[in-house]
Amino acid sequence: MTAGLNWNLVDVIRQLLSFHFMVNALRAGTIVAVVAGAIGYLMVLRRQSFAGHTLAVIGFPGAAGATWLGLDAAFGYFGFCVAGALIISALPGVDRRNAGLGGFSEESAAIGTVQAFALACGFLFVGLYHGFLNGLNNLLFGTIIGITDQQVLVLLIAGTGCLVALVALGRPLLFSTIDPDVARARGVPTRLVSTAFLVLLGIAAGGTSQITGSLLVFALLVAPAAAATRLTAQPAVGLALSIALAVLITWMGETFAFFSPYPIGFWVTTLGFAIFLLATAYRGITDRAGRHPTIPSPPQRALSESTTR
Amino acid sequence: MNRRGSDVATGTAPGPDLAGVIHTAAGDSVAQPSHGEGMGPDREVVWLSGAAARLGGQTIWSDVSLTVRPGQFVAILGPNGVGKSTLLKAILGLVPITAGQARVLGAKPKVRNAAIGYLPQRRAFDPGVRIRGVDIIRLGWDGDRWGVPLPTLPWAHRSRAARQRVREVIALVGAQSYAHRPVGQCSGGEQQRLLIAQALVRRPELLLLDEPLDSLDVTSQASVSALIQSVCRCEGVAVMLVAHDINPILPYLDQVIFLAGHGAVMGPPEQIITAETLTMLYGTPIDVLRDHAGRLVVVGHQDLPFQQLPRPRHEP
Repeated sequence: MTAGLNWNLVDVIRQLLSFHFMVNALRAGTIVAVVAGAIGYLMVLRRQSFAGHTLAVIGFPGAAGATWLGLDAAFGYFGFCVAGALIISALPGVDRRNAGLGGFSEESAAIGTVQAFALACGFLFVGLYHGFLNGLNNLLFGTIIGITDQQVLVLLIAGTGCLVALVALGRPLLFSTIDPDVARARGVPTRLVSTAFLVLLGIAAGGTSQITGSLLVFALLVAPAAAATRLTAQPAVGLALSIALAVLITWMGETFAFFSPYPIGFWVTTLGFAIFLLATAYRGITDRAGRHPTIPSPPQRALSESTTR
Repeated sequence: MNRRGSDVATGTAPGPDLAGVIHTAAGDSVAQPSHGEGMGPDREVVWLSGAAARLGGQTIWSDVSLTVRPGQFVAILGPNGVGKSTLLKAILGLVPITAGQARVLGAKPKVRNAAIGYLPQRRAFDPGVRIRGVDIIRLGWDGDRWGVPLPTLPWAHRSRAARQRVREVIALVGAQSYAHRPVGQCSGGEQQRLLIAQALVRRPELLLLDEPLDSLDVTSQASVSALIQSVCRCEGVAVMLVAHDINPILPYLDQVIFLAGHGAVMGPPEQIITAETLTMLYGTPIDVLRDHAGRLVVVGHQDLPFQQLPRPRHEP
């Protein structure tokens, strides 16, 4: 702790690992980042970011309620997030995102209402608990202090299960994301796949909440994935890139949080935002460089159409 | 390219007797044309007899009988809301057939969907969709298999075969120059070609295309029509195509199905595409003209609401 943050990486890592709470924070953060990077990439492709955010917010009353009842907050997070996922997938119109003009706004309105109610319940539970005020901040904005060995184990089990299920869903999940009508015609149970993915998203959101807090889940769930989709259009590469960026953001964020007085939620979110901005700038520059003309003028388009024959 | 007549590549050309057959709702076994070499319902690509479909408690159409043979290029016409898309979905088994009989590729609908290429009615991909055309075509190959493709040795030959086939269909539809671009950045015609490639990648025996020419400009309409026709001839795939504007595909058609609320009329285009038949079916004046090259052109108000239609008369 005496040396502080410097450019000697070995020394920095030695300092970090000399505290057990920090070792646990890095373990938990890595597990959470891998899961959030992978699930988040598909969430961004499926355009379910709003549902993902709602699931994270639903985790807050779960955690607050569990704390109030004297239970482990982790069970509250996972329980409420998975239950929320099942409720959202039962709302009409959820698996018809691309199918028609109607339905989408209705779904958003229903999900938004659920979100507001979840936040209100969370505040009620915090009020009932009469606990130390800092608990609220930690639930909403995250902490690296006080992650127990048992919590790491629970995250590891949940995260492994989540990734195994994601790999098993694999191609049908991507198929029903890109082209739900054709996937259904090919016998893919799109409704089931959609529900299963929302449950996985709930687990990922619940796990991530325990590090970044309910409100800043998006730093890990969306920012790396959104950056990855801007950097590549290849699904496998994009998935790997999303995971790598999420892990990088988490490690750097936890390191900065350790050496600075500012909380982890701030660092992880800021780093995620920076990476997203860089990726968007890269996309804008390469698009403008003319390698991918986005809007060909009508005569050009007609010409290129006819010459491809 | 501008084929009109008899040179069907598959050797199962519609017999001369078919020219006179108009399937109606006359009742039992009407859709059994007296073709020579044992053409039962199971030998046909699609065979419907007195079929009806219901969707949301409402009968969409009923008494529909039709026969599609291997390698035929068939257009499905009809007014808005008459259930043309539902007909394709019923053939796919996505909408149940509540009356009559249906055989698709020798089995009940849905059983042999793996041998059917389907292009649903849609608007274009959003410009923000960041997935390449090749990925979309590849999903047509093995997107319904659980798990992810493994690059390890025992499966290497399988994924090589997949990549090879994806390259083939990209060349077939002429998409080499844009197949590796994000699909959202492709033009409407390019997207339609990529989706046709996706529908073709598993070497289907039947291609169901729902308004593939919709929202394309005139040049793209012509080139996509020619592409579909060449696929139909070269690969021996039967094509059923829902169309709103019949003119771009008219030179290539073997058969036309005109769908109405009660029953369907099927026959060669010269017979269905006449001023008298169309005027009777749509219940509004329609002209059929011939241009300088002798091609038919349909002129008229095709989009009358379904309710305003008279019931088509069935003459057994």
